[in-house]
Amino acid sequence: MTTMALRAGKQTWALVAKDLLVEWRSKEVFSAMVLYVAVVLVIYNFAFEFRRDTVAVLAPGVLWSAVIFAGLLGLGRTFAAEQDQGTLDALLLCPVDRGLIFVGKLLASLLFMLLVQAITVPVFVTLFDVRLSLPALVPLVVLGSLGFAVLGTLFAAMATHTRAREMLLPLLLLPLVVPVVIAGVRGTQVLISGEGSLAVWLNLLAGFDLIFLGVVYALFEYVLEG
Amino acid sequence: MTSTWAVEAANLGRAFDEAWAIRDLDLRIPAGQRVLLLGPNGSGKTTLLRLLATLLRPTSGSLRLCGFDPLRQGNEVRGRIGLMAHRPLLYESLTAEENLGFYSRMYEVPSPQARSTALLRLVGLEDRAHLRVRALSRGQQQRLALARALLHDPPLLLLDEPDTGLDEEGLAVLGRVLSEEGRTVVMATHQAERGLAWADRVLVLRGGRLSEDRLLRPESAMSRSGAVASEATP
Repeated sequence: MTTMALRAGKQTWALVAKDLLVEWRSKEVFSAMVLYVAVVLVIYNFAFEFRRDTVAVLAPGVLWSAVIFAGLLGLGRTFAAEQDQGTLDALLLCPVDRGLIFVGKLLASLLFMLLVQAITVPVFVTLFDVRLSLPALVPLVVLGSLGFAVLGTLFAAMATHTRAREMLLPLLLLPLVVPVVIAGVRGTQVLISGEGSLAVWLNLLAGFDLIFLGVVYALFEYVLEG
Repeated sequence: MTSTWAVEAANLGRAFDEAWAIRDLDLRIPAGQRVLLLGPNGSGKTTLLRLLATLLRPTSGSLRLCGFDPLRQGNEVRGRIGLMAHRPLLYESLTAEENLGFYSRMYEVPSPQARSTALLRLVGLEDRAHLRVRALSRGQQQRLALARALLHDPPLLLLDEPDTGLDEEGLAVLGRVLSEEGRTVVMATHQAERGLAWADRVLVLRGGRLSEDRLLRPESAMSRSGAVASEATP
């Protein structure tokens, strides 16, 4: 059992490290995500007149819409890049469980999203002049991004085999991640306003993540194989 | 587990949107046999190779590869298969060495560094090991693809028009690999003349069905595998 887990861990890490190295070399996805987030935050900052009494209501929506749509950019390339190079076939030829391919891709996508958010949050706090506890925001952002990345990885794999994959991914994904967006926005509102319970939203996100991790891990084999 | 048969297909079929690419295929390939797969475009050669590579699920019939059921024992099968396709199946932004290193970890190749170095030498790319794949010529990429397919020393090697884009040096390397004893090879190609030089058996597909199955060197296939020669239809 331990040997199997060790083997699975090594293969998963090989997948993640490969994706990170490929992205480090090309900077194709990361730079697009960061640029998108920066543009969205700047535009919203000029478009709305944020006051002390409205910032707690409006700013969380701005942050999470930037996070979600930047995440879509990244997730869209997760399998599309493999498909375009033909390396998806080579991955599927490897003697590894499809669940491990899912976990590897999920972790790589999650890392990209969290890296982008490490840049986004300080810019957001500065531009919108919000006061919130950054350590308290971390679990909210991590759990929210995980839920988004779990479903996003599944639908990115499904969309890979279709012609209109760029259109299909948001159509499939966005309706299902509504609970993540709501919990993220409401949790951030709690952090900015200091009113209400953050635990409720963290629990909702954790429950969502656990359920969909199990479901997607079990389904992934059927999604990937032709 | 060693099986007498590398491939056992019974009534195998694969349809795409109700159009059958492979239909009613009965085929047994003994371990160690070298099979040349011929047929016009659209005859089902690539679909058959993708079925044998476990990249497609059969729509009908049954399939066993190296003694395993690919639907229930996928990892056991995949660990015994090497595929070289039209496209090199390599990461363009990684170097030749990094590509082989990544696949070595996925296949759990023992001594991956030594194996990668040996294969790069075999395909004549040892001086290109640190170049990114996109900097290699088409022929060099195909040679690296051959190295990738051989990385885990698979007993069943599937080649889908491997000679596409290969230069003379690459073709010589391919010829050496194909002439190695003990490995089952199924190769689809349009270069029938070249393929006939090494094949033990020729299969011809037309319209997704096996239209011809001819043993060219029954004694060599039998001596390599120790198996009875497959039933060849004239």
